[in-house]
Amino acid sequence: MKIRLEHLTKRFPNRNKKIKTEVVAVNDFDIEIPDGKLIGLLGPSGCGKSTALNLICGLEAPSEGRIYFGDEDVTDIPPEKRGVGLVFQNYALYPHLTVRENIIFPLQNLKGDKKLTKDEMNRKAEEAARLVQIENLMDRRPGEMSGGQQQRVAIARALVKMPNVLLLDEPLSNLDARLRLQTREELSRIQKETGITTIFVTHDQEEAMSISDMIVVMKDGVINQTGEPQKVYDDPVNLFVAKFLGTPPINVFEGEVRDNKLYVGENDILDIKGADDKKVYVGIRPEGFVLNPAGRLKCKFVRVEVMGRDTSVIATNEAFLGESIRAIIPTEEKKEPADGVVCFDVKPFKVLIFDRETEERIYFEA
Amino acid sequence: MSNITMENKTIDTQKIKRTERIKKAVLYLLLTLWSIIVIFPFYWMILTSVKSYSAYNSEYVPKFYTLSPTLKNYIDAFTAVPLSRYFFNTFIFTVVTTAIMMVVVVLSAFAFARLDFKGKDIVFALFLSLMMIPNELVVITNFVTITNLDMRNSYIGLILPSVTSVFYIYFLKENFEQIPEELYKAAKVDGTSDFKYLLKVMIPISRPTIVTIAILKVIECWNSYVWPRLITDKQEYYLVSNGIQEIRENGFGRENIPAMMAAVVVISVPLIVLFLIFHNKIMEGVSRGGTKG
Repeated sequence: MKIRLEHLTKRFPNRNKKIKTEVVAVNDFDIEIPDGKLIGLLGPSGCGKSTALNLICGLEAPSEGRIYFGDEDVTDIPPEKRGVGLVFQNYALYPHLTVRENIIFPLQNLKGDKKLTKDEMNRKAEEAARLVQIENLMDRRPGEMSGGQQQRVAIARALVKMPNVLLLDEPLSNLDARLRLQTREELSRIQKETGITTIFVTHDQEEAMSISDMIVVMKDGVINQTGEPQKVYDDPVNLFVAKFLGTPPINVFEGEVRDNKLYVGENDILDIKGADDKKVYVGIRPEGFVLNPAGRLKCKFVRVEVMGRDTSVIATNEAFLGESIRAIIPTEEKKEPADGVVCFDVKPFKVLIFDRETEERIYFEA
Repeated sequence: MSNITMENKTIDTQKIKRTERIKKAVLYLLLTLWSIIVIFPFYWMILTSVKSYSAYNSEYVPKFYTLSPTLKNYIDAFTAVPLSRYFFNTFIFTVVTTAIMMVVVVLSAFAFARLDFKGKDIVFALFLSLMMIPNELVVITNFVTITNLDMRNSYIGLILPSVTSVFYIYFLKENFEQIPEELYKAAKVDGTSDFKYLLKVMIPISRPTIVTIAILKVIECWNSYVWPRLITDKQEYYLVSNGIQEIRENGFGRENIPAMMAAVVVISVPLIVLFLIFHNKIMEGVSRGGTKG
């Protein structure tokens, strides 16, 4: 089901009652989520992601704006009638019930002609369990299972009603690294199998980029950018989005556009067109560096770091903002320069420039 | 050389073993002593209850055993005073009071723990401050109220003042508050009403606490003395606690300690049985950990 949010805003009164100003958790959300897709709602902690999720599922009422599921306005409809399934970060399974009873729980509240017989409930519960592959755990209690298994039960419980929309609040953050990778594939598979429009909230950009059809990057309650993950990565609209996406993070320098040349410190690293002369921030993705002894960007060499598949050159530069520059290079090229200076060329499409004041992206032609 | 160190080592371990054994012996000795102290009153009660009236009175120094046990005292206890009536009264009093109190306590704990209403904090603070008022003061006002309502010598007069307990409400509220917020949200998304959530989730999860409260209340009711003594002066509303006093004072025309002890044994048995049954139940606890983090 297609979801449309129109100028959705949520304000909370300030905790400190003496301060009259309200906290705006979600600010003027205006977005359309296509049917049957997996959407990652991405942003740093405290940016209003979970509030947005609570608004969509109906646990909280918006201060302003409307929510549409398909063509129906669900803003004033209680959560149980919206047809949403919700999975919590800490799973929120009922500890005194078995897995089967946990999965059946949502079905027991159905009333009127939707009411199901015991057999139907069991059949549906088993169906949901099969989908997340926990059929053999049906008689265990949550306390007797691992985190990953509990997570699956939580997903099964959310799916058993066949919701129109599945909402996941930080679904993977309580799992260890290996399990996280596995569960994330699993999530993607389940979503594809069921075709349910799914929104999941995360602060982990890698997680969001790896499985989402579309990501929504948020900051301080405001949507900064939406789009396909790779597109947002390659083409961020501002410095925040550029910094937030990508591991290792983008390298940001103080720079300047002068006479159709892009300067970082004293080095003109790129010839560019179509950008006005002004002081800018220059962002270079770690994979955008090419080692070249005659390269235009000169940096002080620190060390080479090999981490499994990646080899990085760590360097410093006076114009660099932050600790150290990280450049990912092909493994076979690693060698330490004798004079302590390492020179790079940069790939033009991996270089992004931003306005110093607004931090908005400045587009240029290479 | 190596031989000597070996020997030293064995001596060391022997030493350690010996001190361990002594420690254990001392511990057991103390525990035995302690259990004798605890059990002795019970033994004395049962012993006295099977001594015949004449044997008991002829012992200038009470003996620690009897050679001619008798059950006559038990028969006396039931025939001299309407002990079975007292029993019945106590049973009604205990069951009804506990049942009503559980409903009151669970509902109010739920309200304080989960619902939002105006003045919640201040009302709860007032509730808690009630705990500082000594019970004796409350008894006086309760007595006046119940008497004015013309409820003396009635079950309702007996029961009404003890159907709530600030402490148990507080106790259960704390327990309810430990149930994670997410469970409530999850239930809400599925359209569970507050009342159903209470019945299906909160009560089962807090079962150990609720059982504990119920048992404590049963014991409290069974043993209550002051209030029933004040509010009843007709025999048909006496509870066992008052009934025993009755046996002592005028049941037999003279002080019949063995018969009184027999009555005490009979009265204690249900509580002891109750404790033995639920002793494990309280400890059991529901397997927790449905939420991680």
